[in-house]
Amino acid sequence: MNSELFAYRKAPELVSGKAGRYRVAVVGAGPVGLCAAIDLAQYGVDVLLLDEDDKASEGSRAICFSQRTLEILDRLGCGERVVGKGVVWKHGKVFLRDRLLYQFDLQPEAGHKRPAFINLQQYYLEQFLVERAIETRRVDLRWRNRVISVASGTGNVALTIRTPDGDYDIECDYLIAADGARSPIRSMLGLEVSGQVFRDRFLIADVRMEADFPTERWFWFDPPFHPNQSVLLHRQADNVWRIDFQLGWDADPEIEKQPDRVISRIRAMLGETRPFTLEWVSVYTFRCQRMERFRHGRVFFLGDAAHQVSPFGARGANSGIQDADNLGWKLANVLKAVATDRLLDSYDAERIPAADENILNSTRSTDFITPKSKISRTFRDAALQLAHTHPFARGLVNSGRLSVPHSYRGSPLDSPDHDAFSGRISSGAACIDVPLTGRTGPAWLIDQIGNRFVCIYYAGSNRQPPEAQIEGLRDGAVPVEAIVIGTVGWPLTALPEHIPAFIDTHGLFAQRYDATPGSLYLFRPDQHLSARWRTLDPDAVRSALSRAACPHALALAAS
Amino acid sequence: MTLITEPHLAHPDDFYEALLDAHRGFTEEQSQLLNARLILLLANHVGDLDVLRQALAAARAGIVDQEGQPQSMESGAKEST
Repeated sequence: MNSELFAYRKAPELVSGKAGRYRVAVVGAGPVGLCAAIDLAQYGVDVLLLDEDDKASEGSRAICFSQRTLEILDRLGCGERVVGKGVVWKHGKVFLRDRLLYQFDLQPEAGHKRPAFINLQQYYLEQFLVERAIETRRVDLRWRNRVISVASGTGNVALTIRTPDGDYDIECDYLIAADGARSPIRSMLGLEVSGQVFRDRFLIADVRMEADFPTERWFWFDPPFHPNQSVLLHRQADNVWRIDFQLGWDADPEIEKQPDRVISRIRAMLGETRPFTLEWVSVYTFRCQRMERFRHGRVFFLGDAAHQVSPFGARGANSGIQDADNLGWKLANVLKAVATDRLLDSYDAERIPAADENILNSTRSTDFITPKSKISRTFRDAALQLAHTHPFARGLVNSGRLSVPHSYRGSPLDSPDHDAFSGRISSGAACIDVPLTGRTGPAWLIDQIGNRFVCIYYAGSNRQPPEAQIEGLRDGAVPVEAIVIGTVGWPLTALPEHIPAFIDTHGLFAQRYDATPGSLYLFRPDQHLSARWRTLDPDAVRSALSRAACPHALALAAS
Repeated sequence: MTLITEPHLAHPDDFYEALLDAHRGFTEEQSQLLNARLILLLANHVGDLDVLRQALAAARAGIVDQEGQPQSMESGAKEST
């Protein structure tokens, strides 16, 4: 790993002796803090990013990154590197003892740029994000800078920061706390997090070995090599494999971490003869909990600092990155004075239900994997036994419900449907990708939207789409880009070059979006669908934009 | 749909006998397992979560819990919807 990326440098405040003034400070340069900083930087906001450490995370930690997270990383300019280094997977197998119970496919259809999941060690993700943050030239990354006091006022947030060269003070307009499950910012502000602690312990072992197991998620209930407990196997990059052993509450973490003990568990699983080396070992417990609110005036809590889940379902890092995705455009628009403060309140309105959905799913998985009582164990065993022969019971078996993006349907920014739509997507949901063909060749829908409001007009086979009305969409108080999609055979020359136009090569846009000629779709800068209509009505679009973007009255009056 | 609580079994005595027969030769633990499997099979057959919730509430009703509180029809497992 390039240690220059993480090099400590003396803060300019310690040279000048003056307190620094910043628009946004982010605390915590883990995946979530880095994504938040990069997103703001891409929107043109300078960011101060503080981290108490000076290296990437130790051990592989978070490893499963979902399609939605990869799409966000694409938007942040580093999806290609992450996917290139990671291992792609979409299949899972669930075993009971030594028998396969059932298998699943998390992306059974083609026509998506990104796979259902990749596995990649967290330290690689962090390295790529740090490189991207530096590339933006708007992120001032300060390692070994620990916040030791925080005061949140009505006009700003004041921080005192401790470094190897001494302490210094700064002020910022907004503070983003992405400082992890034990969030020192949260503690210093006297804020609480509450929920459920689970009485179980798990051993993570990252093992380097040559193995020809398929790149799939394998989960065992009660395997012969680890009776009465569960085991999870995942492949990562560089021939590193994650093995997760359930230990039970009575296990002693110190004893379980002893290499001899870990190695004998792994030998029991892999056989006595397979060579491997131990990369990293950790024993953990987990909680499902969250803060009551994630916004506290000028301070925003993201990721584990705001909410925590069990690891089953890959809902930790993925939901944290989705927090950053939700906040970035809102904070940027408020800082640029094009949106009102109300837009920032919608961070709570949208991300608290997302956290609750993750906590609910994660709690249910944990209740299945770690039954809390004799009767819940009985029902668990009954479901597992029936799953062999009765397909319905496979739906009850819960080894983790894997992360899917939360829909913001019903949020204050969302415009409910007035026209009838079927199909997979509803307003509030994240974009569902579709392959297209543009004027210069193949393209993906997901790459056309994001970073600004986009209206997609579906022309079908109409060779004379209402060009003036489509152009007019750009002229409102909130900047919108209009894109037109036509069916196979529709001429890309039907519209002037400055209006982006695409062919729905496989008919999947029409299918996945239930599009009929004239249908219009409004996407937010975070690629969530905000509103849709069967016909282009400029007033309806203006009203939906006004709802979704919370523009300043001044901007509205000027339009 | 509403949970059927009026007589619906054509031959109640036959069913009751079959239910007890199903448990014959089982230990307490095996019987617990059979009951659990039976509930899951029947629940899938019913399919309607609303009806199942009514059945859960009706089954809880009247049982005195560990704190000595008798359960009412309304106190069924409703925390998650």
